[in-house]
Amino acid sequence: MDTHDGPLVPPQNRRVVLGFKEAEDLDAPDLPTESLPLNMGPSHPAMHGTVRMVLEVEGEKISNVDIQIGYLHRCFEKESESATWTQVFPYTDRLNYISPMLNNVGYALAVEKLMGITGDIPERASYIRVIVGEVSRITDHLTCLGASAMELGAFTVFLYALKAREWLFELLEEVCGARLTSSYLRIGGVSFDLPEGFGPKLLDILGRTRIVMSDIGKLLDRNRIFRDRMDGIGIITKEDALAYGITGPVGRSTGLAYDVRKDHPYLVYDRFDFDVPVGSVGDNFDRYAVRVEEIAQSMRILEQALATIPAGPFMVNNPRVALPPKSETYNSIEAMIAHFKIIMDGVHVPAGEVYSYTEAGNGELGFYLVSDGSGRPWKCRVRPPCLPATAVLTKVLPGLFIADVVPTFGMINMIGGECDR
Amino acid sequence: MAQIVLDRLAARFTDGEILESGSAHGDEWARVRRDAWIPVTMFLREDPATKMEMFIDLTCVDRFGMRASPGGLNPHGLAARGPSANPSAPTEVPTGEPPRFDVVLHVYSVSLKHRVRLYCGVTEEDPSVDTLVSVWPGTNWFEREAYDLYGVRFKGHPDLRRILMYPEFVGHPLRKDYPKEKRQPLVRRQAGRD
Amino acid sequence: MGFEFHTSSLKAAVNWARKFSLFQYPFVTACCGMEFMSVAAPKYDIARFGAEFPRFSPRQADLLIIVGTITERQGPALRRIYDQMCEPKWVVAFGVCASTGGFYQNYSTMPGADQVVPVDVYIPGCPPRPEQVLDGLMLLMDRIQRGEGHSQIAIEAERGYDVPLAAIRPIDKMGTLGGSPNPPATGPAGQNPSGSHAIGPTGGKP
Repeated sequence: MDTHDGPLVPPQNRRVVLGFKEAEDLDAPDLPTESLPLNMGPSHPAMHGTVRMVLEVEGEKISNVDIQIGYLHRCFEKESESATWTQVFPYTDRLNYISPMLNNVGYALAVEKLMGITGDIPERASYIRVIVGEVSRITDHLTCLGASAMELGAFTVFLYALKAREWLFELLEEVCGARLTSSYLRIGGVSFDLPEGFGPKLLDILGRTRIVMSDIGKLLDRNRIFRDRMDGIGIITKEDALAYGITGPVGRSTGLAYDVRKDHPYLVYDRFDFDVPVGSVGDNFDRYAVRVEEIAQSMRILEQALATIPAGPFMVNNPRVALPPKSETYNSIEAMIAHFKIIMDGVHVPAGEVYSYTEAGNGELGFYLVSDGSGRPWKCRVRPPCLPATAVLTKVLPGLFIADVVPTFGMINMIGGECDR
Repeated sequence: MAQIVLDRLAARFTDGEILESGSAHGDEWARVRRDAWIPVTMFLREDPATKMEMFIDLTCVDRFGMRASPGGLNPHGLAARGPSANPSAPTEVPTGEPPRFDVVLHVYSVSLKHRVRLYCGVTEEDPSVDTLVSVWPGTNWFEREAYDLYGVRFKGHPDLRRILMYPEFVGHPLRKDYPKEKRQPLVRRQAGRD
Repeated sequence: MGFEFHTSSLKAAVNWARKFSLFQYPFVTACCGMEFMSVAAPKYDIARFGAEFPRFSPRQADLLIIVGTITERQGPALRRIYDQMCEPKWVVAFGVCASTGGFYQNYSTMPGADQVVPVDVYIPGCPPRPEQVLDGLMLLMDRIQRGEGHSQIAIEAERGYDVPLAAIRPIDKMGTLGGSPNPPATGPAGQNPSGSHAIGPTGGKP
C-alpha cells in the first residue's frame, strides 16, 4: 500500500491505523464503546476445579469481575454434623485435595485441643504427622506449579512435576493404602505405623525430586515467556493480605512474614531448623518462587524428621479415644464394648468451642469446632485459606488483560474443595 | 495468652457492651452486644495494645436445640434453648432467653501474635447485625456465606447475595431445621431418555 | 445379506477408528481431577490408548469425562456442555461422586451425573486408581466397538434401523459384559437359548 518513491519512513514514525485517519482518533471520547460480559465458565481448562468468572472486558482489559464460587459446595459442615468425630476425617481429606494429609492434621489437632489431650499424643505420632504433612505440602506445591505452568504452555514442566508427585503418591500408598484421599490420621494419633523401609525410600525420592525441581527451575526461572507473563502481574499488597486474611504462600509473597509453623509452633515443628521464604513484590512470580523454595524447605524438614524420629506408640493410650488392638477386640469383652462404643457412638468430646489453626498448603487452615458433649460435632467449621485469596482477585484482576487471569488464578491455587467446602 | 485483649476491652467498654468474656482451651473470647459490634471491632483493629490487623474468620453458629451440658448451661453460660414451636410466629423474646444464632468473628494480630474470638448474639426474629466490611474488607465474602447458609443479614453490606448456593435456592441450608438431604434440583433428565 | 455384511464390517471399522481416537473433554471439578492428571501423566499414560488430547471445547470433543462431584448448581452447565457435543458422543462418569454422588448425600450434591446426562461407563473409586480408570476406558472402547454407546444407539434408532435397546447385553454372572449379540428371548435373567452363558468374546460372531 505504501509506495516507496520518497525516502523510507522508519516504522515507528508511520501511522498505519486501520479505518482511522489518525491514531489519536482511537481514543476519541465520542467513540462508542461497550463493555462486553465474558464468561469464564464453571468448566474451563484454566479454572482449576470449577469457578465461574464473569468478566466485563473492554477490548482485552478487564474492567470488572464477578467471581462466582460454590460450584463444588459439597456441604462439609452439614455432613459433619451427622457424622461422628472420626467419620469427619474422610471429609477433611477432600477439602484441599492436593494435600490431604495437612487437612487431616489440622482437624485432628483441633479435636485433640478441644478434648485437652494435646499433651498426651505420643511423640512418634507427632513426628509421623509432620512427615506426612510435609510430604503432602510438597505434592500441593508440585501440583500447583505443574498445572499453572501447563496453562502457560509449559507442558513439560507439568509432566516433570507429575512424575515427582507420582513417586510421593506411591510412598503414601505404602503408608496408608490410598494415594490421594488417605484418612490416615485418627483422633489421638495415626491409624498405622510407618512401614518398613520408609525412611530410606523417602530420602531417595527427595533426592530425585530435587533433580526434578532443578530441571523445572532451568526451564522456567529465566524463561523469557514465563517471566513476561508472571512478573509484575497480579500484585497483591501487604495491606490487602492483612485486611483479607490471606496467609500461606500467597500471603508471604506480599511480604507478610507469617507462618503458623514458626509463629505458633505445633506438633514438633519447633525442633526443626527451616526457613520460611517471604516475597517482596506480591506478583505472580513471587508466589511461584515462594512455592519453589517452600518445597526445598519441606525437604529439609523431612530429612531432619527422619533422622530424629523416636520409636514408640503411634496412638494415645486412652481407651475412650483409641480403638483397642484387633487381637483384644476379638478376644475380650471389654475391648469389644470399647470398640463398639467408639465406632457407634463416636469419641465423646466434652462440650465447648475451640479454634485450632495449622499451616496447610495454602495458608492458615482453621477448624472452629463446637461440641455439645456428644459423639457428633455440633458445628465443624473450616476456615479456608484460599477463600480470601480468591476474594482479593475481585480487586486485583480489574486492569489486567484476559490472558493475565490464567497465571494469576493459577498461582492463587484456589482449590474448589477448600474454597467451596 | 491474649488476656491483654480482654483487659483492654474491659477497660475501654464499660457500658455493658462486653456481655461476658473468658478463656477456654487456650482461646480468649468475648461476647459483644449487638449494637456495639462495629465500635468494638474497630477498637480492636486500631488500639496499639491489641492491633488486630488481620481478619481470620467470620461465621455463624445455630444453637437451635443445643443440648445443655451438666449444670443446665451450654458452654457459654447461656441457658439451653429448646426448639420453638413455631419459629415464624412473632413472639416477644423473653429476657434471659439466649439468641438462636451467634455470629462468630476470629481476628489476629500479626505484630503482637495474639488472637481473640468475638461472639454477637443474633435473634431469630431479627437476624441482622452490622457489616464489618468497613473494618476489614475481607469480611465481604464471609458475610455473604453466613447470609447464604444461615440467613443472617448484614446491614450495610455492599453486595449481600448468595455465594455458595445458587440464587434459585430457597432456604438457608446450614440451619438446624433444614434437612440435610432436601435437594432443590435445577435440572433433571427424564429416566431412560436423553 | 451381502449389504448387511458390508455395512456391519464398515461399521466395525468405523467404530474401531472411533474407539482409538477419542477426543476427551475432561469436565474436572474435584479431587478425581488429581487422579485424572495422574492417568494423563507419563506413568499411566492414557495416550497409549489414543485418548490423549483433551479438547477444551465440547464442539470438538466426543468423550465427555465427568471427573468429580457434580453439584446441583453445576447441573445446567453440564447439560449444556453435553448438548453442545456432536454425535456420536460418549460419557464416562469418573469417580463415585459422578456415578452416584459418593458419600455426599446432601442438599447440594447431585446423586450422580446421570441425573442430567446419559452415562455409558461408570468408574467407581474415591478416587479411582489410574489402573481402574484405564480399565473403564477399555470397557468403553469395547462398547464403542460393538456400537452400544447411548448416542450410537440413538443414531441408529433415528436412522430407522432396528436396533432394539435389548442389544445392551445383560451383565452375566462373572460381572463382565458377555453373551451373544442377539438378545435372549427370555430377557436378561433368562438363559441364552443355546443353553449356555457365554462369557467373554463369543466365538464366530463379529
